[in-house]
Amino acid sequence: MALKLDDNIFVTQLDQLANWVRKHSLWPMPFATACCGIELMATASSRYDIARFGSEAMRFSPRQCDVMIVAGRVVMKMVPVMQRIWLQMSEPKWCISMGACASSGGVFDTYAVVQGIDRFIPVDVYVPGCPPRPEQLIRAVIDLQEKIQKTGTINAREFDRRTAYEGPGALSKELDPKELVVAPGNFKTGTRVSLN
Amino acid sequence: MPGYLDVLTQKFNGAFTTSEFRDNRRVSVAADKSPDVIFGLLACLKNECGFDMLADLAGIDYLNYPGAADRFAVVYALTNTATGERVFVKAHANDPDPALPSAVPLWEGANWMEREVYDMFGVTFTGHPDLRRILMPDEFTSFPLRKDYPLRGAGERHNFVTVTRAEG
Ligand code: SF4
Repeated sequence: MALKLDDNIFVTQLDQLANWVRKHSLWPMPFATACCGIELMATASSRYDIARFGSEAMRFSPRQCDVMIVAGRVVMKMVPVMQRIWLQMSEPKWCISMGACASSGGVFDTYAVVQGIDRFIPVDVYVPGCPPRPEQLIRAVIDLQEKIQKTGTINAREFDRRTAYEGPGALSKELDPKELVVAPGNFKTGTRVSLN
Repeated sequence: MPGYLDVLTQKFNGAFTTSEFRDNRRVSVAADKSPDVIFGLLACLKNECGFDMLADLAGIDYLNYPGAADRFAVVYALTNTATGERVFVKAHANDPDPALPSAVPLWEGANWMEREVYDMFGVTFTGHPDLRRILMPDEFTSFPLRKDYPLRGAGERHNFVTVTRAEG
C-alpha cells in the first residue's frame, strides 16, 4: 500500500536537509584588507544585494559566521590573525578567497605579502580578478552553495578526514628570493637586475 | 643666512655642513661626529632657536648612492611653529651597528618614528625607552628597507603553521 502524504511534505535524507538549510543561510565573515573589500561592500549594497542568497548577514564576530571571505592582500603579520579568526569560526565553515591578492599575492610579490592564503588556511572557492566584480563574488557564493549541497553532511564529518594540507603543492619550490629583484634597479624603465 | 645657523656655528663649528635646495635648508652631520654632536645640536635648535616641533623623522640608505660618504642617514624635519621656518637635519651613521642617540627626551613624538627607522633600516637609537619593531612581526630578523635586502624577501613570508580542515 502506497504511503499517502500531504502535498507540502517531501521525503529526503537528513544530510540533504541540513545542506539545504546551510547553503541558504551562509553568514560571511568579511576579512577585508584592501580594495577588494570595497567590492565586497558593494556586493552587499542594494544594487547587487547578496541578501538574495541568504548571505547578507555579515558578522564581525567569528563565532557567528560560517563563511570567511578574504578580500584583499594578506601580509605575513596578518596571517596568524587570519588563522585565529578561522579557528574561532563555528563549524562547519567555508572560505572564499576573493581577488588575485588573496588567491596568489597578486602583483604584490614583495617581502611581506603572502602569495596565496591557501598556504595557511583551507580555501573552497577562488574568485579571479583585480578586483572581481560583485557578480563574480555572487557567482562564488552560488558555487559554494552547490558545493555544500553536494558534499556536506549533517555533522560535517566530511572535514574530519581532511587532515592533510590542501594548498598548492610546491611550497618547497618557492622561488629563490635572490633570483630577481627590482631594487636597486632602474626605476624609470622598471628594469629588473640580478643581485648576483 | 637665517639666525639659527649663526647660533649653531657658534656652538658646533666644524661639526656640520649646510646646503640649500630651493627653500629647504639642510644641516648635515657626518657619521664620525653624529653620535657625539647630534643630540646637542637638536637640543640647541629646539631650546634656543625655536624649532619646537619634530614634524618628521625618517631613515635613508645611501648604499650605491653617487658620492655618498656614509651609508645611513636619519633625517629630522623640524618646524618653528611661531615663524613657520623649517630645517632638515641629517645625522649619518655607518655599518656595522649604526647607532644614534634617541631624540625622545626632546620630542615625545620621536618614539614611534625611531622604532620605524629601527624596524626598517636597523639603525638603533641609544636611550630610546622602548626600541621594538613596529611594522614587521617581532620574529622578523632582517631590515626590509635596506637597499641590499631582496624585494621578494629572504624567505620569511611562508614560515607559518598551516591550518588543515580537521583542525579548523
Ligand atoms: S586583487 Fe586587486 S582589487 Fe583586490 S586587493 Fe588585490 S590589488 Fe586590490
